[in-house]
Amino acid sequence: MLQRLAIAGIAIAAGIAISSPPLQAQTLDKIKQRSVLVVGTKADYKPFGFRDPSGAIVGFDPDLAKDVADRLGVKLQLEPVVSANRMQFLQQGKIDLMLATMNVTDERRKTVGIIEPSYYASGVNVFLNRKVGFKNWEQLKDQKICGIQGAFYNKYVAEKYGADIVAFRGQNEAETALRQGNCIGWLYDDTAFMERLADPKWAGFEMPLETILTEPWGAAVKLEERDGPWGQFMAKTIADWHRSGKLIELEKKWNIAPSAFLRKARAETK
Amino acid sequence: MTDFQPLWDWFRDLHATTGVKLTIFYDAFDRARFFNGFLTSVRLMALCIVASVAIGIVGAWVQGSRSWLLRAITAGYIQFFRNTPPLVQLYFFYFALGSYLRMTNATGLEVPIVTNFSWAAICLSLYAGAFNVEIFRAGIEAVPKETVEAAEALGYSGLRAYLHVILPLAFRISLPALNNNLVNLVKTTTIAYAIAVPEMLYVANQIWSDELNVTEMMNVLLVIYVALVGVVVYVMGRWERALRIPGYTA
Repeated sequence: MLQRLAIAGIAIAAGIAISSPPLQAQTLDKIKQRSVLVVGTKADYKPFGFRDPSGAIVGFDPDLAKDVADRLGVKLQLEPVVSANRMQFLQQGKIDLMLATMNVTDERRKTVGIIEPSYYASGVNVFLNRKVGFKNWEQLKDQKICGIQGAFYNKYVAEKYGADIVAFRGQNEAETALRQGNCIGWLYDDTAFMERLADPKWAGFEMPLETILTEPWGAAVKLEERDGPWGQFMAKTIADWHRSGKLIELEKKWNIAPSAFLRKARAETK
Repeated sequence: MTDFQPLWDWFRDLHATTGVKLTIFYDAFDRARFFNGFLTSVRLMALCIVASVAIGIVGAWVQGSRSWLLRAITAGYIQFFRNTPPLVQLYFFYFALGSYLRMTNATGLEVPIVTNFSWAAICLSLYAGAFNVEIFRAGIEAVPKETVEAAEALGYSGLRAYLHVILPLAFRISLPALNNNLVNLVKTTTIAYAIAVPEMLYVANQIWSDELNVTEMMNVLLVIYVALVGVVVYVMGRWERALRIPGYTA
């Protein structure tokens, strides 16, 4: 407890002292020293990271995090993150590793240390009310579309198709707003809609548009450690997940529709 | 817009040379949405200030009325809005109450009757209004009893005495406390971002999510809010001085 308090105190102090130079301590040494790996994952993104009835965070990403912890022989601590704070948490050292459904973009590469190879991929689509009957992206012009704060494609879709994006903090808020008719559709990763499409609760909704912006998902460490021992360890681990079929296995475990990305990546390792 | 082009270019150069990334100046899309966010914030603030002061005046009058029912309703309203966090109220109005207030539009979709901006305006006005009622009540109680009795002796009815004698005096006494509450209200408008009202904090959040310029946008927000609150304090201060009656101190 005392140790936790001390860590919290240091975290606050670090937050206040913005101008202080970044800590040079290597994350890998830090993890081994405290025997705990802290991984930031989503807690509102079924089935990639969500809470089970007991409140524990489970899913595709948490399973991968567990594998990393096992390889290091340390305990795992999961920290729930949202799109709008995941990179900041990593920069501040609140988490050692981010496995939070993050699409790789050039801008993000400059901010956090994104590990090559990528571990998954998703595209962008809109979960639309059937009654609207839209068939293409251009029809979204001036329509209210719910979204998630921090998604990289909100601006892209607003700029290119003229959609009026109403972005909420997490999936729960966006889902409620969509249900209540505050928007006619929901702009998000196609992977997030797969499960809902099969759910009778969402019978009034469809995904009629063509998926756009298919981008890989990257695990990330601090930018300055990407090429250091911790980044290299993660790169090796992810390559191993592709080679051993671990990712495809987890996809099956969580009932995720088979992705072409994983099959292609695995074929390349052979 | 062409007139400002050199200025926008200067900010673009600033980014290229120093890394200070103020896309709200040189990126046309970010500029437009940040400006709209600023206008939305100012509109929300102005609406809430006017409505909450009106609620305060009416509420304080009702609190002094003879009907116990009206007094009980006012007391209940104050307790409810003063004792709950504004963010919880906002969620309650938007997600809980909003789900019942719906209608079917031309395409057969169920849409909410009250928009998120309106909910934010209503909720924040009621929230600040609850405090204003108490502030005005304190002011009214500070008006000397003799003054009220003198008004009654001159044949003023209850409402007219309130409007012409009590309120003008009470208002002057209440102004410093009212200032505080309105400054708080101006800052509290930022919580509207939770229900996706595109005000400044919401827009800044969108921009730093896209451009990853958190530090710059935080500083921009800070400067703008200091300026906006400064304007409110200045105007209220001027008003306070203009209303001052020489020799009258409560």
